[in-house]
Amino acid sequence: MTAETQADIQTIKTQSGQTLKVHTHLFINNEFVAGHGPLIETVNPTTEEVICKVHSASEEDVDAAVQAAYTSYKNVWSKVTPADRGILINKLADLMERDQDELASLEAIDNGKAFSVARDDDIAGCIGCYRYFAGWADKIHGKVIDTSPDQLVYTRHEALGVVGAIIPWNYPLMMAAWKFAPALAAGNSIVMKTSELTPLSAYKFAALVKEAGFPAGVVNIITGYGHITGSALAGHRKVSKMAFTGSTVTGRRIMESSSTSNLKKLQLELGGKSAQIVCADADLKNAAKHAAAGIFNNHGQSCNAGSRIFVQESVAKEFIDLFTEQAKAIVVGCPFKDETNQGPQVSKGQFDKIMSYIKIGQEEGATLHFGGERVGDKGYFISPTVFTNCKNDMTIMREEIFGPVVAIGTFTNVEEAIELANDNEYGLAAGVYTSNHSTAIKVSNALLAGSVWVNCYDLFNNSVPFGGYKQSGFGKELGKYALLEYTQVKSVITLVDF
Amino acid sequence: FTKTLTAVQRGLFINNEFVSGSSQIKVVNPSNGKVILEAEAAGKEEVDAAVFAADKAYKEVWSKTTPSHRRDLMLRLADLIERDQEEIAQIETIDGGKPITFTRSVDTKFLSECLRYFAGWADKLQGKVIETEGVLTMVRHEPIGVCAAIVPWNFPSLLLMTKLGPALATGNTIVAKSSEITPLSALKIAALAKEAGFPPGVINIITGYGETTGELLSRHKAVRKITFTGSTRAGRLVMKASAESNMKKVTLELGGKSPNIIFEDADIDKAVKWAYRGIYFHQGQVCTSGSRIYVQESIYDDFIKRFKEYVGYAPIGNPLADSTIHGPQASKTQYDRVMGYIEAGKQEGATVALGGARWGNEGYFIQPTIFTDVKEDMTIMKEEIFGPVVCVSKFKDRDEAIQLANNSDYGLAAAVFSQNLDTCLDVSEQIQSGIVWINCINMFDTATPFGGYKGSGFGREGGEYVLAEYTQVKAVKINRGAPV
Repeated sequence: MTAETQADIQTIKTQSGQTLKVHTHLFINNEFVAGHGPLIETVNPTTEEVICKVHSASEEDVDAAVQAAYTSYKNVWSKVTPADRGILINKLADLMERDQDELASLEAIDNGKAFSVARDDDIAGCIGCYRYFAGWADKIHGKVIDTSPDQLVYTRHEALGVVGAIIPWNYPLMMAAWKFAPALAAGNSIVMKTSELTPLSAYKFAALVKEAGFPAGVVNIITGYGHITGSALAGHRKVSKMAFTGSTVTGRRIMESSSTSNLKKLQLELGGKSAQIVCADADLKNAAKHAAAGIFNNHGQSCNAGSRIFVQESVAKEFIDLFTEQAKAIVVGCPFKDETNQGPQVSKGQFDKIMSYIKIGQEEGATLHFGGERVGDKGYFISPTVFTNCKNDMTIMREEIFGPVVAIGTFTNVEEAIELANDNEYGLAAGVYTSNHSTAIKVSNALLAGSVWVNCYDLFNNSVPFGGYKQSGFGKELGKYALLEYTQVKSVITLVDF
Repeated sequence: FTKTLTAVQRGLFINNEFVSGSSQIKVVNPSNGKVILEAEAAGKEEVDAAVFAADKAYKEVWSKTTPSHRRDLMLRLADLIERDQEEIAQIETIDGGKPITFTRSVDTKFLSECLRYFAGWADKLQGKVIETEGVLTMVRHEPIGVCAAIVPWNFPSLLLMTKLGPALATGNTIVAKSSEITPLSALKIAALAKEAGFPPGVINIITGYGETTGELLSRHKAVRKITFTGSTRAGRLVMKASAESNMKKVTLELGGKSPNIIFEDADIDKAVKWAYRGIYFHQGQVCTSGSRIYVQESIYDDFIKRFKEYVGYAPIGNPLADSTIHGPQASKTQYDRVMGYIEAGKQEGATVALGGARWGNEGYFIQPTIFTDVKEDMTIMKEEIFGPVVCVSKFKDRDEAIQLANNSDYGLAAAVFSQNLDTCLDVSEQIQSGIVWINCINMFDTATPFGGYKGSGFGREGGEYVLAEYTQVKAVKINRGAPV
């Protein structure tokens, strides 16, 4: 089969009239090279038009990328001082800051999120993430352990070597940062597969990696379909660790793949159906504001979206009214318009899936309280949608919708709320709204979730670990905890002859 | 020379402004004994103004600044220091007499490394959460508030930065007193701090004599922590001042009389070169100087011969010349003191194997000096000379070496030269000092803890350890069901 090809640099136009030049080739060994996989069209979800095509990686390309990462690790990267690693990562942050508008435009056109959100949340978050982990590079300490007078015992926290990463389309640059930053700080080389739905911003980022001065092969960025490119990367025997963010279904496949290849270490950030508990003694206005952000941020396309809300009965009506006001105030429209809060869903596939959940919700007897339809007739826009009178066993209460759809149920006492919240296969995040100090601690202690927000939701900080319980995955991103995911511990025991 | 000096800031740096002091101090170039300029010195009024500015800045601005913003300001300052590195190096060489080759490759290079290292800690300060029966304890690591630092003249900018870095990273504001002998490079750094965007009052840099300005800072009631690097004599006064004022926390980095132990299985060529660095770096004006060398009997004669030859080669002269390795002592006072010790050594019967006199007839240059035939109880073996004077002695075996090494009230550093694993590990375990170098000496970096045992002081600078010096621990204990 002859591979269709095209030049690396393509010119694209955003719907705001901007012209941008983008890279479309695979980034391997600090060069943009044509891939041997099929050319993939990437679609603008606002206009439903093809932005351009990009090269994707075949198994052969994946192998080339892994070899490049391996060789660079062995011969160059492992000999670079920790402080110098930190300097390079900081340089990358500086370059992202310089080019933030261009990067934000690419996110807005390819993913559909509002330009201002892309710049002020996603990219600002990336810059902070790189600067945070740059500071860890020269602070990865082993310990000296006192065992007995005739021994010298110490541990080393060593790099793993080649790290593979597969990231999703919902926060393209930020999901990349959460893996690149700690992996590089800890001294690893990387091969990352971006989502074929949103490949453009990462290829621009690749150019910054080269400009920052990283040695060739330390960072490699490719894209492709999960079942071709992703599968080849997950099964590669020279990859020491796989970091994956995406669906639970794919997460299982990656785990299987590790078990049949080289038992590579794994980190999985999977789905969620996170519960937000609103107690009668909560500041309801504050709760409504944060709970709405908790589900509608990023158009509901967040693994930690607070997509189930349990309100204490006595305040249910009041809360639902306040919450719906928040939903109504959300401006849905073109990502490049200043007033837009919410852009389109990322693709037709996602759009169809969400609309079908909305249908199921109504069929199963939940009350469609607000929204529920498409917005406009061009682009994958869905109105913020509120279901009430939901029961915990309904499909829209159990399955991850990944759209701007919330399911609201009620509870009588806090113990019941905890049980309802925990009665789910997922355990990524949760929220609790209360003005009572003891309730706040009791509930957050009891919830089976990796992140618990109290009187807020979706507040992230690069120094705070994030990662789920149960089938939301395992391993932590961000914070000092992330370093453990990207290092391996060696114990050295010396017997001293006195 | 003139161009560099016209760029030098004058004044006391308080609240992001350069202001005049209560008096002036002559700043002398030790290469030729001539006055460079007169620096403003801080009296009670200025010390109060600086502390007040630091206090106000902490309460109103700095304590409300996010860790990541602190980090970014520090990174910016590191970039600016790197930009003006050569200028800072020249100022320090003129002011303190350290050869330019070292102010370039050691001091000023360290500044941005140190700042970047500690900028990286700013957003990583973490207390623990400890759960016990009925109680949930949140341990907070909070800044102290206003910290004072007294910086000596041997590494004027480097030692300023080892204190600024962690103090700023942990969220404190600072009043630093540079040495009146070498006040100039700190003022250049002050100007860069303002350019980097530090809010007024966060960093304040003043100068003055220890007995006046230093004393005022040590006793100030609004200063809650003081870090001092300098002589043991002055360190005692700082500690006393704290006891008599407000019990401010104290870190002391004092003197040393560090042993350099060379075993017969050492690589002798390398040991000779390192030994040179150990005692003659910055003309012996380093607290960690390996000023007592103990050589194993069997290689003693060979070592002395090679060492004398190697030391004899070091180019002495104008520190601004690229090729100079050995410059002048930092001041007349220091010069007189070292010459006094050389005299004492001669009087007490030690042999001058090399040097033992002034070099040239301009400036405060002293020849690299080697004493042999020394006894453990001689003045030159017991007291810190702080000059280019080393005492070399011999030992029979490992046990004797350890005993001799530990025979001191000081305990700052030590060095061991041997290719045998057991020797290295055993000796490093037995020596009573805060730093033990193996097959090297006077190797510094910002990531590892630095500080002494015994009379060399307490507290650690550098690495993660220093963070504890600039934070205070608060345990917040929440009742989770404990009965009354």
